[in-house]
Amino acid sequence: MAEILVLVDHVDGTVRKPTLELLTLARRLGEPSAVYLGPGADTATDVLGTYGAQKVYVVDAPDVAEHLVTPAVDALTQIAASSGPAAVLLPSSLDGKEIAARLAVRLEAGLITDAVDITADEDGRPVTEQSVFAATYQVTAHVTEGVPVITVKPNATAPEPAPATPVVEKVDVTFDPAATATRVLSRTPRVGGDRPELTEADIVVSGGRGVNGAENFAVIERLADALGAAVGASRAAVDAGWYPHSHQVGQTGTQVSPQLYIAAGISGAIQHRAGMQTSKTIVAVNKDADAPIFELADYGVVGDLFKVLPQLAEEIDRRRG
Amino acid sequence: MKIVVCVKHVPDATADRTFTEDGTTDRDAVDSVLSELDEYAVEQALRITESGVDAEVTYLTVGPDDAKDALRKALAMGGDRAIHVSDDDIQGSDALGTSLVLAKAIERHGFDLVVCGMASTDGSMGVVPAMLAERLGVPAVTHLDELAISIEDGSVTGRREGESATVRVQGTLPAVVSVTDRSGDARYPSFKGIMAAKKKPVETLDLADLDIEPEWTGRSAARSAVDTAAKRPPRAKGEIVADEGAGGVGLAAFLTAKKFA
Ligand SMILES: Cc1cc2nc3c(=O)[nH]c(=O)nc-3n(C[C@H](O)[C@H](O)[C@H](O)COP(=O)(O)OP(=O)(O)OC[C@H]3O[C@@H](n4cnc5c(N)ncnc54)[C@H](O)[C@@H]3O)c2cc1C
Ligand SMILES: Nc1ncnc2c1ncn2[C@@H]1O[C@H](COP(=O)(O)O)[C@@H](O)[C@H]1O
Repeated sequence: MAEILVLVDHVDGTVRKPTLELLTLARRLGEPSAVYLGPGADTATDVLGTYGAQKVYVVDAPDVAEHLVTPAVDALTQIAASSGPAAVLLPSSLDGKEIAARLAVRLEAGLITDAVDITADEDGRPVTEQSVFAATYQVTAHVTEGVPVITVKPNATAPEPAPATPVVEKVDVTFDPAATATRVLSRTPRVGGDRPELTEADIVVSGGRGVNGAENFAVIERLADALGAAVGASRAAVDAGWYPHSHQVGQTGTQVSPQLYIAAGISGAIQHRAGMQTSKTIVAVNKDADAPIFELADYGVVGDLFKVLPQLAEEIDRRRG
Repeated sequence: MKIVVCVKHVPDATADRTFTEDGTTDRDAVDSVLSELDEYAVEQALRITESGVDAEVTYLTVGPDDAKDALRKALAMGGDRAIHVSDDDIQGSDALGTSLVLAKAIERHGFDLVVCGMASTDGSMGVVPAMLAERLGVPAVTHLDELAISIEDGSVTGRREGESATVRVQGTLPAVVSVTDRSGDARYPSFKGIMAAKKKPVETLDLADLDIEPEWTGRSAARSAVDTAAKRPPRAKGEIVADEGAGGVGLAAFLTAKKFA
């Protein structure tokens, strides 16, 4: 069966959820082989096997930590040359897309970014689905030449276990000279709070300019906690300094596709829609009945978010007893 | 130093964009503009020249005839000259083809720094800067919220917000950088700037000028293809209620019915 390379996204050996989604998708196309860069592979192998990795290629060299992107490109190029995979899957993160872009040039292979689903055609080749033009179009595409290099958005599928005992293969990679590499001077990890991550959450509650102040985001957070939701923000709220950029939903922020998206005090500009309009159910609270966000809403309340949201949070608590 | 800024002419993101029958972006359906995200690249290049670094700023675009408008807009903001690569055989290129043409044009012109936007607002793949770096054999320092050039060290340093960390990164010059919409507001062209732009040189090149064989770019060279493009069905009209004191309770009932609460 064809080998499918999956680049593992991890933090010091803790595999992030999108990688499990990639392994799940890879099984539709062939046998997944995980490509693990950096230290900590021993702890990661178990979970990679649980989600179906038949093989784990381990590349552990100082270059991986000191440089951005190019060591991964070097590693994947070398592993692809020796294993002849039927596809390479990577997460649609900043780094993932950059690795994919360089890899596609090196392999002279077709590249598809930001897939939200992958299926196999009758010959087993990948067919991708993407949302384009601010998510107003749904497009299917395939790679016509070379090893398909595909980056996949988080939440494209639910990770499904398929236990395997992976063969672990250590790989020595010849890295390109440092002059073509980008050096990491420092890395300040963001402290994730107790709430779910934006891209992974089933429910997202977002606040916009209508929230009118950093301290008022407590109203958004209170509702998010009642629902077990992640907190999002419009660019207007982020630019005003009320909430961190890592929570921005939209074209130049994060694109989310949760089961439920609640927009409060957000007008619904095209750039914001681009990041949320594939959500399954959309709820809007806005005091302007003409706000374009209501065009998307399955349920909308025309009213003051400072009255509606606290009442909603309390009612949810009450219903849950 | 020589700074090349890559700017793209794109269908207006606020208009209804569509596809042609062959699955490529329909460029005739709506007005096109300088990609908003590339305005930030123009701005950063101009700020470098204003910070005392002796630099010449050249804009580069690959696109049909009217893509020149994007160059004029950029020149009106500032900068020195522009290059327009236009050739019927480029039509339908994927990112691999586009990056090849851009790279050849950049090599021909010479460069110390290439500045790109974080993504084009139509394709929005955000991959061309990395492809350029790969083709030019230089570092890519991308998605920067903040950017500084050091002529003494021959380096470019920046800050990027990654998914899980804030990272300070550095590459040696020559390099390709891309900047985000958080790097600093782009200036508006002044009347004087608009007039001055009309006199700035714009060079037009075709594939032959760049020693590119026609079959290396364009639709026939594209390594991926769109099979189907379907407009998302409009969302069913939802229930919109005015809050008359119990809006939150009503919304809770909706969420309970949908099994969210
Ligand atoms: C290149 C580019 C990229 C962009 N990327 C993004 C992006 O990624 N994400 C993004 O969000 N935007 C993005 N934008 C910005 C976008 O165009 C809008 O400016 C932005 O989304 C507006 O945010 P908002 O809806 O919070 O603010 P506004 O448009 O000002 O809307 C505020 C809303 O709050 C309502 N309101 C006020 N007070 C209350 C109250 N007490 N109760 C209830 N409702 C109230 C008002 O009626 C209004 O509808 C981008 C723009 C550009 C040019
Ligand atoms: N046809 C083009 N002409 C000039 N620059 C381009 C072109 N396509 C992409 N770019 C540059 O590459 C960046 C990223 O584009 P993309 O990978 O298409 O999202 C853009 O912001 C531009 O700076």
